[in-house]
This record gives sequence, C-alpha cells and structure tokens, in this order.
Amino acid sequence: MASDVSEIEVEIKNADGLHMRPAMQFVDVATCFESEITVTNGETTVDAKSIMQMTMLAATCGTRLTVIARGPDSCDAVEKLRVLVEEKMFDEPGEESREKGIGKRE
Amino acid sequence: MKLSDFVCFDAVIPQLKSSDRDDVIVEMVEALGKSGKLGKAKAEAIAKAVIARENEASTGIGKGVAVPHVKHPDISDVVATIGGCEDGVEFSSLDKKPVYSVILLLSPDDNPDKHLQAMENIFRNLQKDDFRKFLRQAKTVKAIKEAIVDHDADYDS
Repeated sequence: MASDVSEIEVEIKNADGLHMRPAMQFVDVATCFESEITVTNGETTVDAKSIMQMTMLAATCGTRLTVIARGPDSCDAVEKLRVLVEEKMFDEPGEESREKGIGKRE
Repeated sequence: MKLSDFVCFDAVIPQLKSSDRDDVIVEMVEALGKSGKLGKAKAEAIAKAVIARENEASTGIGKGVAVPHVKHPDISDVVATIGGCEDGVEFSSLDKKPVYSVILLLSPDDNPDKHLQAMENIFRNLQKDDFRKFLRQAKTVKAIKEAIVDHDADYDS
C-alpha cells in the first residue's frame, strides 16, 4: 500500500560520521520496527537492520542519506531514525565541538 | 581505497597462537609493531585502547568475523592486519557464535573520513560469503594475500 511508505532525508551531523558505534545504534532503532527499512546514499542502498551493510555506507559528517520505510509503522520509524541521526547525533559531538577540541571521544 | 592499500601483510597471522579475545588483540597489535607500522605508538597502549573499545560494544558482527578497531592519536595512518583462528574465539558476537577471522584496524584520531573508508572497504568484502570462506580457510599469509588481491580486483578504487 502506498500509504505505508515513508521517506525522509537525514544529514549526518556528528563529526566522526557513521562509524561502527552509530551504525549499531541505527540498526538497534530500525530493528524495533516491523517496517522494511532501507538507507541509500545515492550510490549504495542497504538494509537498515544489517550492521554489516550499514557500515558500508561510510557516511561522513555532512553526508545526506535517504531513509525509506515500508510497512505499517513506517512513519514512526523514519521519524525515530531522524531524531537519532540529526537531533541526538548518536550522542556524539558535532563538527563545531571537534574544531574547538572539546568533547572528544576515543 | 583497497584492502591491500592498508592491510599490512607482514603482520598477518593466519594461525593465531592465542585463543582468548584480549590475547588475540595483543598478538595482532604486536605483529603490527614488529612490522614497524605503529610508529611512535606503543603496542601495549594501543592494545589496551582496542580492548577498551571492544568492551564498550563488541565488534563481533556475526558470521564468524570481528573487526576490533580504535582511533588513537599516536597512530599516523590507517593500518590493518588479519588473524585467523581455526577453533574460534569467543568475541561476544551479535549472533553469539565464535569468531574465525579477525580484522584489526587502527586509525589516527584526526581523520574520521579515512577511517570510514577503511571500514567501508572491510565490510564490503566481509559481506561476501566467498570472501569470508577464503579468509577462514587460508592457512598461509600467501593465501590470505591472494584472497585479498583477488577481491580488490572486483572494484576500481
């Protein structure tokens, strides 16, 4: 059903980009939903519920990704994923804090 | 970027001596040290950092592979090595199964984009069933090198 498809564009805002830990957080959130969820950077399209595939996006800070969910909870799914990527920024520092040398991890 | 651009073949260990996760990490970091790939970084400090990262969240992503890694200020360029363990290593993997092939990746802490590219490359290869199979069956450095060069040829970098 067309009404069960939700699509959203998100921008990676944390300085370190979508490395393994954020990718795992993304997969954890995606897995909570019944919808089938894919993420694409234009070149590569991957399954949002597979950690191996998500890491293959190599999304650096500033990269825009399209998240597409298909299923009964698709609307809620893309919104939760947007919040994780753009608002929570995977609980990591953004570009500005990195330049100032604060909030550095690892 | 290809796997052979950053995998240090001199430090590849097809048959690891260690069978415990932390010991495997130490053995692999030391191999990179002996190959002169750690620069000013101390093997002990790097191994400790990798283990600390591993304790935060396992990099055992299932299908018998693990990719322990760390970004460290004393590392000057992205470098990786590969270790094999026939009997399997307990890595607290997502699928709770043992790990037979370990790819250890060390990255500088000021080049997150290059770290992501290296990860992308590793996972693009690990995604393939036949690559994982080759890696697991390879008993010599030569065999591992051949598997990598062969799979690298699949892409134009």
